[in-house]
Amino acid sequence: MKTLADLKKIREKAQEDMKLRGGNVRIKIVVGMGTSGIAMGAREVMKTFLEEIAARNLTDVMVTQTGEKGLSSMEPVVDLIEEGKPKVTYGNMNPDKVKKVVVEHIVNGRVVSDYVVATGN
Amino acid sequence: MSLKRIDLLICCGSGCVSAGALKIKERFHEVLAEHNIANEVNIIETGCMGPCDYGPVMVIYPEGIFYKKVTVDDVAEIVAEHFVKGRPVSRLMLQDEEKTIAAKKDVPFYQKQVKVALENCGYINPESLDEYIATGGYEALGTVLTEMKPQDVINVIKDSGLRGRGGGGFPTHIKWQMVHDNKSDEKYIICNGDEGDPGAFMDRSLLEGDPHRVLEGMMIAAYAMGATNGFFYIRAEYPLAIKRIKMAIQQAKEVGLMGKDVFGSGFCFDAEVRTGAGAFVCGEEMALIHSIEGQRGNPTPKPPYPAVQGLWGKPTVVNNVETLGNISTIFRKGAQWFASMGTEKSKGTKVFALTGDIKNTGLVEVPMGITLRELIFDVGGGMIGDHKFKAVQLGGPSGGCLTVDHLDTGVDYESLKERGAMMGSGGVIVMNDDKCMVNVAKFFMDFCVEESCGKCSPCRIGLKQMLEILERITSGYGREGDIEELQRLGESISKLSLCGLGQTAPNPVLSTIRYFRDEYEAHIRDKSCSNKVCLDLMHFNIDKDRCIGCSLCARKCPVTCITGSREEKYTINQVDCVKCGNCFDVCPVKAIDKVPGIHPAVAANREALKKAAHNHED
Repeated sequence: MKTLADLKKIREKAQEDMKLRGGNVRIKIVVGMGTSGIAMGAREVMKTFLEEIAARNLTDVMVTQTGEKGLSSMEPVVDLIEEGKPKVTYGNMNPDKVKKVVVEHIVNGRVVSDYVVATGN
Repeated sequence: MSLKRIDLLICCGSGCVSAGALKIKERFHEVLAEHNIANEVNIIETGCMGPCDYGPVMVIYPEGIFYKKVTVDDVAEIVAEHFVKGRPVSRLMLQDEEKTIAAKKDVPFYQKQVKVALENCGYINPESLDEYIATGGYEALGTVLTEMKPQDVINVIKDSGLRGRGGGGFPTHIKWQMVHDNKSDEKYIICNGDEGDPGAFMDRSLLEGDPHRVLEGMMIAAYAMGATNGFFYIRAEYPLAIKRIKMAIQQAKEVGLMGKDVFGSGFCFDAEVRTGAGAFVCGEEMALIHSIEGQRGNPTPKPPYPAVQGLWGKPTVVNNVETLGNISTIFRKGAQWFASMGTEKSKGTKVFALTGDIKNTGLVEVPMGITLRELIFDVGGGMIGDHKFKAVQLGGPSGGCLTVDHLDTGVDYESLKERGAMMGSGGVIVMNDDKCMVNVAKFFMDFCVEESCGKCSPCRIGLKQMLEILERITSGYGREGDIEELQRLGESISKLSLCGLGQTAPNPVLSTIRYFRDEYEAHIRDKSCSNKVCLDLMHFNIDKDRCIGCSLCARKCPVTCITGSREEKYTINQVDCVKCGNCFDVCPVKAIDKVPGIHPAVAANREALKKAAHNHED
């Protein structure tokens, strides 16, 4: 390390590794992981989100989970929460749908209305 | 490819480690593997998070959930419920008056705190250089080395108003300026980590929790004064702190943040760790310097000050751990920002180790000038149980006791000194109304007599005299004039001693006489310790109305001085009683009372012995 620019490079990389501790988060993905969600494959859904985000090196997206959301017939259910926008809830998710949501909604900013089951709070 | 979605921060400060944090960490590894989600969770060992009383504690991100008093058995539930299903375990959260507090940021203990030196403590992995850099680490060093002249650096510290956090409160910039102005082929910077006050653990926690911060502060100081070598003097009782700071030095060297030509600025620096053997006097800067030189850790008269003739005769600055811990933040956030906190003469924040009879013992950092009331009752959570606040000892064995009348005193160097206490390094021992102040003074005096190096006679002989008087008072042989004699001795020792140890050692006695003179008088005149702490000035008594004659006390008495029967109940033969308290502890119906004062039988016996001795002399 010889310059401040070198330090900055290390810092950016390290901040990326610490983003879970509340850095710069643009979109928060909340996967419903209650009993029915898990039974319907919520773990697979969450894993696919994690894989897609890592593969695309999306540094400002965070995946977290929550309990039963009450929409049992539409499990697995996923919320996408973006600062300053209404919450979007996707239902009946599966790994293929996840991939589409990542590309369309998270990367390109277009809500995949076919999968949406609710919006707003 | 990282699939991590949870950061599990386990507090691995010494308090939580002794409460079992490491076993919990191992258990997490096992359980996560069982659930097959080990690749989704980062387990991070952090430094002290502060609320030691709740230990072992942990924080789970991204939600920022705070769990307290976690046991190995709780791990399976945390993983199955929180990590797998996303349902945080409310049972393990902090309960505050029927309200469950989930997030760390909402915990009342943290509300009035402002973290500067402890910014990263409990937030980053102290063994990871990358995590320190992620929080802005070494940026200050880089800027200082590439853009600032040494004099500019000193000016920034001057503007910030930073004063030494080791106790005395000497302005940091003056020390730096003196060494800067002294021309010498070699200069040294020493970090004083010889924290020896009973009840203090600020420096240890900072060294353990954020070692790179202290190292960065040291390097900035070295650049400002023109030093190329640094020493960390850390007591051997702090093995983890020593390990972490050694690791930090190693890591910094590996990436070129230390060594030759740092940041291409031409600045060269090397540092090493020296361990102290645990002598309290080695926290005194001259004694510390001699100890590093390989000599006996004795103080020598000043002047010459270390800034003129320090380590191996070269200009040397000795800065406390916490002082160095503030430096990098001052440069990152600006001197004005730092100076905006605190009082007119005491700027910034101060780390305190809260201990004693309060609810939230632990490590806290608060702005200077906060009142003792806020520190003890808001941050510290107030007294345990139904007890009342009686006194607080600030500054360890060198400091003094303050009372309920001083609760609205702001905590800063001058206000405390005026009232007979001192900031000290930051140990705060809170005492409830069960404590005997004469006994407290005796405890600290005993400590200072043990730790006196013996070089100068006021400290070596004088303190011993004070201790003997205190022992006399607490064992029922106190005489009229003892209080005045203690004051006379204390004042002379303060004036005549060579170093800070002797100069401040009488403080606990002088301040307790000042504020609790009536307790001393009761001990001397009435031969009575109203709080039943001094064993010679209290006795145990069995209340025959309550006694059920079970004989348990008699059987547990080590000197068989309790006699009686089921019908007659039991009595203590007071002359033989050694006051071990076994009977008091085992009595199933709590029929035994502690009574203040010497029992008449014991007093008569003492008189008889005295007379016999007197006759013998004749």
